[in-house]
Amino acid sequence: MADPVHECALRLGDDSLILGQRLSEWCGHAPMLEVDLSLANIALDLVGQATLFLGVAGDADKLAFHRDVLDFKNCLLVEQPNGDFAQTIARQFLFSNWQELVFRELTRSRNATLAAIAGKAVKEVAYHARFANEWMVRLGDGTAESRARVVDGLEWVWRFGDELFEVDGVIEPLIASGVSADVRKLRGEWDQRIARTLADATLEMPKPRRAAKGGRIGHHSEHLGHILTEMQFLPRAYPGAQW
Amino acid sequence: MYTTELKDRNQKAAPVTTAAEDPVKLAAFEARVAADDFIEPKDWMPEAYRKTLVRQISQHAHSEIVGMLPEGNWITRAPSLRRKAVLLAKVQDEGGHGLYLYAAAETLGTSRDEMIEALHSGRAKYSTIFNYPTLTWADIGAIGWLVDGAAILNQVPLQRTSYGPYARAMVRICKEESFHQRQGYEIMMALAAGSPEQKRMAQNALDRWWWPSLMMFGPPDENSPNTAQSVRWRIKRETNDELRQKFVDVTVPQAEAIGITVPDPALKWNEARGSYDFGAIDWDEFYAVVRGEGPVAKERVKARVEAWESGAWVREAANAHAAKRAHRAAAE
Repeated sequence: MADPVHECALRLGDDSLILGQRLSEWCGHAPMLEVDLSLANIALDLVGQATLFLGVAGDADKLAFHRDVLDFKNCLLVEQPNGDFAQTIARQFLFSNWQELVFRELTRSRNATLAAIAGKAVKEVAYHARFANEWMVRLGDGTAESRARVVDGLEWVWRFGDELFEVDGVIEPLIASGVSADVRKLRGEWDQRIARTLADATLEMPKPRRAAKGGRIGHHSEHLGHILTEMQFLPRAYPGAQW
Repeated sequence: MYTTELKDRNQKAAPVTTAAEDPVKLAAFEARVAADDFIEPKDWMPEAYRKTLVRQISQHAHSEIVGMLPEGNWITRAPSLRRKAVLLAKVQDEGGHGLYLYAAAETLGTSRDEMIEALHSGRAKYSTIFNYPTLTWADIGAIGWLVDGAAILNQVPLQRTSYGPYARAMVRICKEESFHQRQGYEIMMALAAGSPEQKRMAQNALDRWWWPSLMMFGPPDENSPNTAQSVRWRIKRETNDELRQKFVDVTVPQAEAIGITVPDPALKWNEARGSYDFGAIDWDEFYAVVRGEGPVAKERVKARVEAWESGAWVREAANAHAAKRAHRAAAE
């Protein structure tokens, strides 16, 4: 990887792109119209962020539509299947609370472009986190069925939380030079946020478990290949075409 | 997205009647409407006016919601990030339109749940156009260009429709539809200027969507028994055939401009009328689609019913939680 700033932008952009793609799958099929609009709105914000971050890393469309699994650098959490609405919300809950903290830090980046993107995106993500937190509480403290489902959803996504706070040799120098946020320092605040919402939702904190990792070096779950198959179909089927 | 009346051919023998209404109130109401006053939810209105409006507004709302499906089908496959974002925004707008329209219909005393139940059981109709499949990316262009284009022509006059909440909802909806129409045409422009495969997609989409788009304006005036009453009540302001003609006149030059051909050998400019003459519409197909026999009608309704049923536990949880909060607040 030539430029570590590109790698940093790629990770941020891929997170947003893949989760935006996942949330788009809900469009027209959500449990109620208001939720359908919210999920589409969040997906739209994420696709917008992806376009900007990938634009820092290179040609955004080329990166989105012409890389294969090994070159995608998103975290494993965002590529997890939607499952039922509870699993979608549990995934959003872990991710948006993390992304809000990361973007808040990134607004102070020495890289003016990353700082500007984060400045715009942090407001969007604060809404995403609120949406997810509120639904965690409704589902946890709703009916016996919703509670059982959100416990299952949380159970599915919980092992992907630790990866969000990993730092490797690519990012380390960027943290030192004030370009990248140091996610390690955000863990405590994230834990508190998660614990607070879970308490409001009358839910237990899941027990710690062996973390699933590898997304940042291109070692993904089986799900990503299928996401890309669908997302990249047209540009792959008609090489060189303009749309 | 759609506003004309959708009824089966066999149902058309039942014209609206105001025979049972108080003649004094009715006369006052008719006078207000004739003077282009808006009728508001608390105002007196003839029962037939209320029923016609509930049917029309809820059909319109259902059309927005079902209309999310054929386009939603392509969000995950949109060919660039910009196209993906625009399509997401567009489909989200349609959902928003559905929301305002359900709210407008609710002011007439019918709940959203009742309307949705009517859609799922097949009692309520939605625009015939959404019972056709979206096969290629060009269909997303064709829907924006033709379907939203037709919707605009239907809806612009409704900004002055006599029922206030409907008219006001329509002001915002029309602004957004106009953006949708342009983005659809822009997709078609890009395809028509693209590779031979892309041009083929564009032409093929026009071939498949042209006639169903003309059908969106509803049955011909002579078979639309309630049109006269609806025009008199300012629920409709122009007839189906007038709007259809306008659509043809506006759209044909747009197709010519990008080098694709309207699939109608009878299409011909008529100098004397200052309009295009066009070929006969297959009304048997139209009535078949109204009856629920459209190519993907079963898939559309099934998708809506499944979303509703598999989301029931979420709505129940939200209600249960709201009740718990209210209970706790009352106890404090």
